[in-house]
Amino acid sequence: MRLFFLCLFIGFQAVSQNCSEILQGSVVDFHDGTNLAGATIGFAGIEKFVQTDLDGNFSVDNLCPGTYNLQVSHPECDTKSIRVTIPHSGKIVIKLEHHLEELDKVTVKGSAGIDYVVSQQENRITSEQIENLSYASLGDALKLLSGVSSLNTGSNVVKPVIHGLHSSRVVIMNNGVRMQDQEWGVEHAPNVDLNTAGSISVIKGASALQYGGDAVGGIVLVEPSRIIRKDTLFGNTLVTGATNGRGGTISSSMTKTYQTGWYGSLRGTFKRFGDFEAPGYVLSNTAVIENGTSLRFGLNKFKYGFEGYYSFFNTESGILRASHLGGADDQFRAINSDRPLVINDFTYVIDNPKQQVSHHLAKVKGFYRIANFGKLEAQYDFQFNNRLEFDVRRGGRGDRASVDLELTTHSLTSDISYDANPNFKANAGILMRYQNNFANPETGVRRLIPDYDKYDAGIYALGKYTLNEAWLLEAGFRYDYNHIDAKKFYRKSLWESRGYDVEFPGIVIEDFGTQLLTNPVFNFHNFSGTLGFSYSFLENYKLMFNYALATRAPNPSELFSEGLHHSAARIELGDIRFTQEIANKFSVSLERESNGFGFSVNPYVNSIRDFLLIEPRGIEQTIRGNFQVWEFRQTNATLLGADVDAFVRLNTDFGLHTKFSIVKGYDTTSNEALINMPPANLSNILKFEKGQWNNLRLSMESNYVFRQNEFPDTNFEIFLPAEDAFAVVDVSTPPEAYHLLHFNADMDFEVFNKSTLTLGLTVNNILNTEYRDYLNRLRYYADDLGRNILLRLKINY
Amino acid sequence: MKNLKFLAFFFTAALLLVSCSNDDDNSEPINEEEVITTLTASLTTPDGPTILLTYRDLDGDGPNPPLITVSGNLLPNATYTGSLILLNETESPVEDITEEIAEEDDEHQFFFQVGAGLNISNVTYLDFDGNGNPLGLNFSFQTGDASQGNFTITLRHDLDKNAAGVSEGNIANAGGETDIAVTFPMVIQ
Repeated sequence: MRLFFLCLFIGFQAVSQNCSEILQGSVVDFHDGTNLAGATIGFAGIEKFVQTDLDGNFSVDNLCPGTYNLQVSHPECDTKSIRVTIPHSGKIVIKLEHHLEELDKVTVKGSAGIDYVVSQQENRITSEQIENLSYASLGDALKLLSGVSSLNTGSNVVKPVIHGLHSSRVVIMNNGVRMQDQEWGVEHAPNVDLNTAGSISVIKGASALQYGGDAVGGIVLVEPSRIIRKDTLFGNTLVTGATNGRGGTISSSMTKTYQTGWYGSLRGTFKRFGDFEAPGYVLSNTAVIENGTSLRFGLNKFKYGFEGYYSFFNTESGILRASHLGGADDQFRAINSDRPLVINDFTYVIDNPKQQVSHHLAKVKGFYRIANFGKLEAQYDFQFNNRLEFDVRRGGRGDRASVDLELTTHSLTSDISYDANPNFKANAGILMRYQNNFANPETGVRRLIPDYDKYDAGIYALGKYTLNEAWLLEAGFRYDYNHIDAKKFYRKSLWESRGYDVEFPGIVIEDFGTQLLTNPVFNFHNFSGTLGFSYSFLENYKLMFNYALATRAPNPSELFSEGLHHSAARIELGDIRFTQEIANKFSVSLERESNGFGFSVNPYVNSIRDFLLIEPRGIEQTIRGNFQVWEFRQTNATLLGADVDAFVRLNTDFGLHTKFSIVKGYDTTSNEALINMPPANLSNILKFEKGQWNNLRLSMESNYVFRQNEFPDTNFEIFLPAEDAFAVVDVSTPPEAYHLLHFNADMDFEVFNKSTLTLGLTVNNILNTEYRDYLNRLRYYADDLGRNILLRLKINY
Repeated sequence: MKNLKFLAFFFTAALLLVSCSNDDDNSEPINEEEVITTLTASLTTPDGPTILLTYRDLDGDGPNPPLITVSGNLLPNATYTGSLILLNETESPVEDITEEIAEEDDEHQFFFQVGAGLNISNVTYLDFDGNGNPLGLNFSFQTGDASQGNFTITLRHDLDKNAAGVSEGNIANAGGETDIAVTFPMVIQ
C-alpha cells in the first residue's frame, strides 16, 4: 500500500575498460512495463548527465572505475540518489515515488504492482486473466498459479490450497481487509466477487507479516484496479455465456476520476447457472445464483487521501443432491455406485441441500505522507457474514436453515512506513479486532459453532535493507494476542467422554439436564517472524531465500466441533485443549527473467509443530447406522514441495509456458502421509499472439494431474443388513490421474469512439473427459465437470 | 490543517472500536428436533406374550452407545403382528415421531430384513400411503422352526417407491436416504 506508485529502473549493464567504462540501462514504468522516456541520470562529482531516449534506454561512456552517486530524476518521479560501482555487473533495481499528479499518461491496467515481500516469490494474476475468468470463482482463478490448487465441494465451492494448506491457514486480503467469512470450514468458499479484483497476488508463505502472522499456507491479496488522477469517466462490461450449466455472468463497472484526486467507482456482477453437467449425466442440484456489488470512492492527493469502500456479496448454491447421505449404508451405496444415486433432469431450481451466504464489507482508510520520513495509514473495516445452510429435513422443516451463523467483525489497523532512506525501508503497525459469532437458535439443530466474542491485538515491524545492487535483506517480527470468550452447550455424554468434567469443571455455568452450558475462555500469544534475502547475479538471475515463522491459534471449528456432518456423512469432534500450531517454513527460489527464456524454481519445506488435522478415529453407532468419527488432533507434520515455472519464446508469435507443482505431506509422529495433499500437477500452455491480426491470442493448455499415491488408509467397515455381512467403505483411495485439454482465443476490435471490444472463446475439457479429483469432496459421488464452451465478450469504454 | 483533521478522524474511529462491549446474556440450549432416539417394535401374537424390540440412544449421535433390548424369544410357527413407535426423547415433553412419519407416508417406507438362519417369512405390510404403496408402521410375519439370527428394521425417506420390488419390501432398488437402520438379535424357541 505505502509504495503506492513507484518507478523502477532496471537493466543497468556495464562493459569494463580503463576510464572507458560504459554504463547502459533502461527505464521502465513499474505498473505497466512501458519504457519511460526523458529520465535524467546525473553523475554527482563529474557533472555527467544523460537522458533516456524514446524507448527509455540510456548509455554513458568514458567512465572511470570507482563509486558514483547517481541522481535519477524524471518529471513524474521524485528524485532519488543511488550508488553505483563501476565497473558494474548485474541488475540494479531502484524504486522511486511517483508524483501522483503526473500519472495521466499511465493507462489503467490492473492495480499497482507492489513488492509485498522481496525475499519470497510473489505470483500475480493479471487483470486480463481475471476478466477471462469472469464467470468463475476466486479459487478457480488462483489455480492459474503454480503451487496453488483447490479444495472443492462440487464446482461452486472452491477454496484455495497453497502449498498443500487451506482454510484458516490461507489469509485472504480483499482490498486491504482480511476476510472474516467463516473460512475455517472446508465447504466455505471465500466470499469475494472475482470481478472486483484488478489484480491478485499470492505469497506462498507467512512472510508478509503486515497481514497476519498465522498464514501457515500463504496469503492471497485481492487488489482493486488502481485509480489515476485525471478528469475521466471509464468502465467496462463483461458478458460470459457457458454451455455447461447453461448460464452466464454479466459484470459491469463505471469509474469517474478527477484531476483534483477525487474518484468514485461502482461495480455490479450477476451470475446464474443451472445444474452443471458431467460427461455422462446432469449433476443434479448444482445450480448457483450469485451477485456482487461494490462501491469505492475517495480522495487521492499526493500528501494525503482517503478511501471508502463497500462491497456486498451474496451467493446461493446447490450442493449435489446425491452427496447428501442419511447413514453409513447410504454412503456405502453412493461410493460403490459409478453414477450419482440421484440424477434428475436439468433445472435452474436450487433445492436442498444448499448454501446461502451473504457478506458485507465496509472500510474507510486514510493516509498522510510525512515529509522526509514516510507515510502514516489508518483503516477501520467492518464485516458481516451470514451463512445459511439448508438441509434435507423431515416434517416440512426444509425451509428452515439447519445452520444459521452470523459473524460480525470490526478491525482497526494502522501502519507507519519509513522510506526516506533509499537503502532502508521499514514499516510498523498495529491491529485491533473485535469479532462476535451468533448462532441463531431458530434452526432446531444444535449450534455448529457456539456464540463467542473474540478480541485480537497485533503489533508488527518489518524492514528491508538494500546492501548493494545485488543484495537485499529483509526481516520482520509480529506478535498477536487472541482472546476467545465462548458460550458453548455440550451434551453431558460428550462432556464426560472427553474427560472435560474432570479437567474443566469450573467452566460449567448451567446444567440443563442432558446439556451443559459452559464458558470456555482462551488466551493465545502468537509470535511470528521472517528473515530473508534476495541476491541478483549474472545478468538476469535472482536467488531468494526466506524463512518464515508462523503461529496460528486453533479456529472455532477445531476447538468446538461436535456432531454429525451430513455433507460428509461423518461425526466431527474438536477439542478445547488444543494449542497453537507453529510453522517453520524455508523457501528458496531461483529465477531467470528475460524475453526469450525465463524460469523459476521454488523448493520449500514447511515443518509444523502441533499441526491440527482431522482424521478418522473410530465408528459410532447411531440409529441411522454406523458413522465414522473424525476427530481433530495435533501432531507434528512436514510438508515438502517444489513449484517450477518456465517460459520459452519459440519465435515472434509462439511461446510455451510450463508449470509443475508437487507437494508431499507427512505426519512425522506416525510416519504416515497426510490426508488430502494435492497430487502433482503439470500444465503446458502453447500460446500464439499476433498483434497485427486484431491482437489475436490463442492458447492451448494441457493439464495433467497425477494420481495421489501417498495417502492414509481411513477406510472403515460397516454392517450391511441387506447382505447380512460386513463391508469396507472405501473413503481413502484417491481417484486415477487425469489429463484435460483447454482452448482459449481472444481478439480485440476498435468500436465506436475509443472503445475496445474483446471477443473470446474458451473451451474447457475439450475431450469431455470423465475424471474425478482427489481434492473434490464430492468425488465419491459424481464425476467432475464435462466439456464447457464459453463465449466471452468484453467492452472497455 | 486538513491533515490534522484526517488524523483526528481516525483516532476517533479507533476509540469507537475499542468501546465495543460484551453482553453477558446466556442463550438457550437447542434440542434437536429431528432426532429419533427411540424405536420400539411391539410384536403380538394371539398364542403368547407380546415381545418388545427397543432401540434407545438418548444422546443421538453423541458418544454413548445405544441400548438394544429384545424382551423375549418368539414362538415357533406363529403369526405375529408388529407395530412401530418412534420417539424423540431429547425433547420435553417427548415428541412422537410416528405421527410425522404417518403424515409423510408417501415419502417414507420401512423395510424388514431377515438375517441368515432366522426362520421368519411372509413379512407383510399392513398400512399403505395414498397411492397404495406400503409404509410399514404396521406389519406382520410368520415364524418357522426354532432358530436364531438378525432382524433389521430400516426406514428410508425420499425413496423410489415404484422401483422394482420396493412395494414387496425389497430394499435393493429403493434408493433414498436412511433414517433408521437398526438390527436386533432374535431367537425363535
